Amino acid sequence: MNNSSRIFKKIKKDPYLMAGLIITGIILLMIIVGLFWMPYEPTKMSASEKLQGISFKHIMGTDNMGRDVFSRVMYGSRVTLLIAIGTVTIGALAGTVIGALTGYYGGAFDEVVMRVIDALFAFPSILLALVIVSVFGTGWVQLLMSLGIAFIPSFARIVRGEVLRCRNMDYVASAKLQGVSDVRMIFVHILPNIKGVMASSILIGFNNAVLAEAGLSYLGVGSQPPYASLGKMLSDAQQYMFTTPSYCLCPGVVIVLMVLGFSFLGEGIRRWE
Amino acid sequence: MGVILDVTDLHIEFHDHDLPETVVHDFDLMLEEGEIVGIVGESGSGKSMSALAIAGLLNRHSLKKTGRIMFNGDDLLTCDRATLRSYQGDEISMIFQEPMTSLNPVKRIGWQVEESLFIHHPDIDKKERKRRAIEMLKAVGLNDAENIYYMHPHELSGGMRQRVMIAAAMIGNPKILIADEPTTALDVTVQAQIVELLKKINKERGTSIIFISHDLSLVSQLCERVIVMQKGNIVESGKTSRIFSNPTDTYTKKLIAAIPKIDIGE
Repeated sequence: MNNSSRIFKKIKKDPYLMAGLIITGIILLMIIVGLFWMPYEPTKMSASEKLQGISFKHIMGTDNMGRDVFSRVMYGSRVTLLIAIGTVTIGALAGTVIGALTGYYGGAFDEVVMRVIDALFAFPSILLALVIVSVFGTGWVQLLMSLGIAFIPSFARIVRGEVLRCRNMDYVASAKLQGVSDVRMIFVHILPNIKGVMASSILIGFNNAVLAEAGLSYLGVGSQPPYASLGKMLSDAQQYMFTTPSYCLCPGVVIVLMVLGFSFLGEGIRRWE
Repeated sequence: MGVILDVTDLHIEFHDHDLPETVVHDFDLMLEEGEIVGIVGESGSGKSMSALAIAGLLNRHSLKKTGRIMFNGDDLLTCDRATLRSYQGDEISMIFQEPMTSLNPVKRIGWQVEESLFIHHPDIDKKERKRRAIEMLKAVGLNDAENIYYMHPHELSGGMRQRVMIAAAMIGNPKILIADEPTTALDVTVQAQIVELLKKINKERGTSIIFISHDLSLVSQLCERVIVMQKGNIVESGKTSRIFSNPTDTYTKKLIAAIPKIDIGE
């Protein structure tokens, strides 16, 4: 009780954390509400209501097929968020394991694995995604796979660096002297010490994942019509940029808000300690 | 009383550079049950290296170790890692110079004290582990053990942390405790308390202690036997009283002469 009020006070003091929580809160609220209720069916077309601007009936206007943009944004942010979560989960899990093992054991193993990671890092993620999609076909599983793999190197490097730093600490030596096994050492003793760094890099990774998803969907690799994702909506909207600006602005602003919210959260967590 | 640890011809070489560098040369040590042996010498004399080798902490690839470290019928230099690990923390424990960094900053004190019980005696349940940890914390002079159990290292002073380290090292009732300059980072009054604590542990539990220090006056207070090292070699060893009253080696003489003396009045 006392503890939670102290945490709340600390949050109130930090503008980054506060802004991050508010912005991501709004986005999350929109997504959660969208699970149960949307003003219109996001795939329902209406020939008489094409490319309308902002109005009370359609608060974000309609698109070139007469679909309600707000409903599509609600649905699309859900898709984008889920893909971002999936991407970061794959990248962070695999990256943490790889980084922790290479950092802890070092030697030839570290050299070989990190050179492979470097090669992966140097490989453009969009190209990787296009390769995977051209081999396995389009769809969100392929998108998730290619983005997840592309995200492994950055996590692996961050975790490796931190584990290297912790490996030579006295508390690791003294734990070793108590007969702690390597696996226990890495996952129980060392990783909890780098959770702050990991939390903020996960949030930054989140941002990059949102942007990468938008980018790939824009290229037509991600979710397929008639289903929406924020990036897909942007790419559909670009032809109507000047005739119906609300169509591309609304999903664009939501992407910006998502990225901004996660950035603020990440910065706030980084400054927490 | 029997010999508990028998180190013969321990030789440690670094192979980091083109020329191998010998850091410990022909180190011998017979440790008897319940004995306190001091190893003294200047920085770089190889005293910590010898201790780390005994504790089984030296396993870098660029290192060559020869000789024998016999404990409980096993040679700690050649036995497999599982055997070594089963001794570490349970039969042989070690405390370090820096109590400020030797505890894991994100774990509670109780968790860290209990850890070697958790690893070596998984049959002991949580409640019993906690009981023993609090008992041990009290035994090392932390009277507020029930609260300290739930604290994090940053909430304790250096002296308290060193006591916690000793509690964590002693909870499995090891046969040998290696203390690598355990008082160097502490101020003088706390130093004396820690030395008293080590004496008490030795007396009450019969733990053999290898006490490494460059502080000869502390060693003379605590140890029955002293090994003097210089540049990786043992230059002199014997009973503390004999070495202090009648040193034969010139380096030992210099070390003894270097102990600051406080003359009050004339």
